[in-house]
Amino acid sequence: MKLLKKNIEKLNLFMENYPKIGIYFPQFLIILLLGIVISYFSMNASTNMAARGIETGFGFLANKASFDIQFSLIDFDSNDSYARAYLVGLLNTLLVSGIGIFFATVIGFFVGVTRLSSNILASKVAEIYIEIFRNIPLLLQIFFWYFAILRLLPSSDNSLILFNFVFANIKGIYVPRFVWENLNHFVYGFLFSILAIYFFVSFLKKKQEKTGVQVPTFTTSLIIFFTINLIVIYFGNVGLSLSYPILETNRGLYNYMGGVSVIPELIALAFSLSLYTSTFIAECVRAGILGIDQGQKEAAASIGLSKGQILKLIVIPQALRIIIPPVTNQYLNLTKNSSLAAAIAYPDIVLVFAGTALMQTGKAIEIVSITMLTYLTLSVSISLLMNWYNKKNSIAER
Amino acid sequence: MNFINWSKKNLFANWKDSLLTITILYLFYVSIPPLLNWVFLDATFFGDSKKDCTGGGACWVFINVWIKRFTYGMYPNDQIWRINLAFVIFFISIGSYFFVSSKIKKYIFIFLTLVFPFLAIFLFHGGSLGLEEVETRVWGGLFLTLFISVFSIIFCFPIGVLLAMGRRSNLPVIKYFSIGFIELWRGVPLITVLFMAAVMFPVFLPSGTNLDKLIRVIIAITLFESAYIAEVVRGGLQAIPRGQYDAANSIGMGYWKSHLLIILPQALKIVIPGVANTFIALFKDTPLILVVGLMELLGMVNMAKTNPAWLGLATEGYVFAAFVYFIFCFSMSRYSLSLENKLKTTN
Amino acid sequence: MSKIIELKDVNKWFGDFQVLKDINLTVSSKEKIVICGPSGSGKSTLIRCINRLEEHQKGDIVVDGMTLDANTKNIEKIRSEVGMVFQQFNLFPHLSILDNCTLAPIWVKKKSKKEAEELANQYLEKVQIVDQAKKFPGQLSGGQQQRAAIARALCMEPNIMLFDEPTSALDPEMIKEVLDVMVDLAKGGMTMCVVTHEMGFAKEVADRVIFMDEGSIVEEKPTDQFFNNPENDRTKLFLSQILN
Repeated sequence: MKLLKKNIEKLNLFMENYPKIGIYFPQFLIILLLGIVISYFSMNASTNMAARGIETGFGFLANKASFDIQFSLIDFDSNDSYARAYLVGLLNTLLVSGIGIFFATVIGFFVGVTRLSSNILASKVAEIYIEIFRNIPLLLQIFFWYFAILRLLPSSDNSLILFNFVFANIKGIYVPRFVWENLNHFVYGFLFSILAIYFFVSFLKKKQEKTGVQVPTFTTSLIIFFTINLIVIYFGNVGLSLSYPILETNRGLYNYMGGVSVIPELIALAFSLSLYTSTFIAECVRAGILGIDQGQKEAAASIGLSKGQILKLIVIPQALRIIIPPVTNQYLNLTKNSSLAAAIAYPDIVLVFAGTALMQTGKAIEIVSITMLTYLTLSVSISLLMNWYNKKNSIAER
Repeated sequence: MNFINWSKKNLFANWKDSLLTITILYLFYVSIPPLLNWVFLDATFFGDSKKDCTGGGACWVFINVWIKRFTYGMYPNDQIWRINLAFVIFFISIGSYFFVSSKIKKYIFIFLTLVFPFLAIFLFHGGSLGLEEVETRVWGGLFLTLFISVFSIIFCFPIGVLLAMGRRSNLPVIKYFSIGFIELWRGVPLITVLFMAAVMFPVFLPSGTNLDKLIRVIIAITLFESAYIAEVVRGGLQAIPRGQYDAANSIGMGYWKSHLLIILPQALKIVIPGVANTFIALFKDTPLILVVGLMELLGMVNMAKTNPAWLGLATEGYVFAAFVYFIFCFSMSRYSLSLENKLKTTN
Repeated sequence: MSKIIELKDVNKWFGDFQVLKDINLTVSSKEKIVICGPSGSGKSTLIRCINRLEEHQKGDIVVDGMTLDANTKNIEKIRSEVGMVFQQFNLFPHLSILDNCTLAPIWVKKKSKKEAEELANQYLEKVQIVDQAKKFPGQLSGGQQQRAAIARALCMEPNIMLFDEPTSALDPEMIKEVLDVMVDLAKGGMTMCVVTHEMGFAKEVADRVIFMDEGSIVEEKPTDQFFNNPENDRTKLFLSQILN
């Protein structure tokens, strides 16, 4: 015991005389350990992969995929490469995430503001909504909406018909496809109207600075938008017709051709993601608005600003600063949560690539790495964007 | 008289408010009675098979019959007493914690954190001392949910704290390793991590070794959540004023002593809400393990609903599961709120 | 001198608690009154009722000929003629000092940007922080922020200025710079109602001093009489504590 103590003392003295050791030695140790762990794993990996007859390498990406994907935004069949399959999965992930983000934001802001309403009934209902959809696991919500409700949809020969041109059955919801004539005219007109609005609003702003006269920009923008686009549609011969889904039988199977189909998996996933994430966004919005000091509103009122002006000029600019960073975090969470698609067979990147492709090729390391890298890239880029946005908008302090 | 005044002010203050109130009341009128009918009035609660569900409402018989499976998974019926025993010991320890002197409190704490985990694993798994071995393959249901949550929480917390300290370290290797580790786990979805644990991890071990899938899953969830804990704790560490670090150093405390005795106790108190939220999120993430073949509560419900004798009762199953999860998560968040309030006033 | 503020039998409750009891007060144009009293006496609530930041339940308040009631048009008109300075300054942190000052002239009085900025610079000069105009509130000291807040209120060119304990949140060395601005304002002829504990200021500038306690006006006298000859015992007690 005494010998041990003496040696520890010696070590401590030694460390005091050479403080740099305390700095470099632990780091060296960690690098060494990491090196050992990594080489151990790699050695095992190469032995195991060789034993299974699977080569490592990313060449497989060019190979034929040999499987079909149920839903894709771009053309894909079993002759396309794995790389293209990855792309399809990625696009599907972005699609459901985009839809989810849009609705989650809209619902979230609405619920968040309602939560602060002076109407006690409304505020309680909002609170109950938040507590219910926040405390139930997302996976369960996805299952619920998918299995329990969408399965109530009938089979293809017995579809639910809405408004005579929307058909809902177990294979999906079919809506008419838009068929455009002279779409390019419309697109140019649309872009032109946006530009026109931009310039007109800037002009109005300058006018207000010069003379103090205020013109309602929102109404004027709407008028410009509709006028220009209507003129273009009329004189540019822009036509729009609908290609209705028509029930056809093909070898005894009923199918709707000619429309656009939205598979129930996409609907269920987008719906649950939106509801679940909206609860968190609602809380962010509430925190943001509550975070504005009461004194700000009083000061604004005392210099004569109207309720609408106070909201527009004082409350919302400050609240957004507080709201946007955590909301962006929620967007990221939603995108990551979209990977739960695998549980209901929506062909997102996890199911298509880390699921089907991995099962077929056995290249676990390459595929899982690529998938994780994809999500990492998405996360990191959004974080960087958020950091840049924060710096740009931070309120200057001494 | 008072109620009318109160309603006038809070529900009907102006025409917009009144419209809102009326719309909400109408929605209640349309949705709540049918819901109550389905859940209670027309529902069947007792029986032993689907045929007993005659009313138009929910068939709770389904839950009644399957409740053992939902709670214990496929654990052999005659061994279920072992699980119950472990939970009883757990609740007695927690319960008595509040009623004993502080000296005994310390022993109870040590028991719970160091002894009980091993005791529980032994009880659940068996394999010696006369207890029949029950493979982790058949563990399931709410029991599995709680098992995974508790063990992941216990392990991810210290790892997270170490990572948070590592990220703030002055030693570049440790700092960048911590940053990389944290950002890696935070940037990817849990499902990919679980796939990695189930599919990729065996590739990295010498061929022939077979690390139990449950252990792999717990490791995966632990590492994943530790990154989130790390970020929450880091916020707490940053909030401690520089003066505390200086004071600790000036009385001769080194890095570890000052952190253990001065910095961390304060930082952890600040981050209780964030940590509680992460634990609740962990609990809500456990259902994901069904994609790698482990049947916790939701997985068991999924399995039960495809049983040919019980088709079409998915709604009842999901509503039941939702109810159970809601009770747990809601209670946890209320408890953390009350804890936060209690600590606010004592400080 | 015409009566510019009139409070007649004003009563206010917060729930069951009565915070203002039968307040009767008149202020004439160009008059400076100081309201003092212990905390909880209702003095802040009183002046906040004048620009309707608080609503009174009973009694009448008439400001510059307009009755204060639920009529929003009246409220907004009154607020553009009454300026207020808060204890916590309440500058808008996301706008520069200049923008803080030009905000209301542009959006309420519909002035052009150039006009509003000229006006703002004029008042910022008056409170001596025109060199900080482009800075943000977070970059200024407490005294500078409060002076900016005064300039912001002045930019609406009010007839009446209300001050709610303007120096209570300031470090001692910055109180003087703010009081100097207020004295300057008083000498320029502004009607002022000031809630404060700064008795030196009251002695120098106030025409009348009002002492409030527990929601009522206990004593109301011209300045000299108030300090030299307080009648009420509670006033005497308060003065002895404040002036020690």
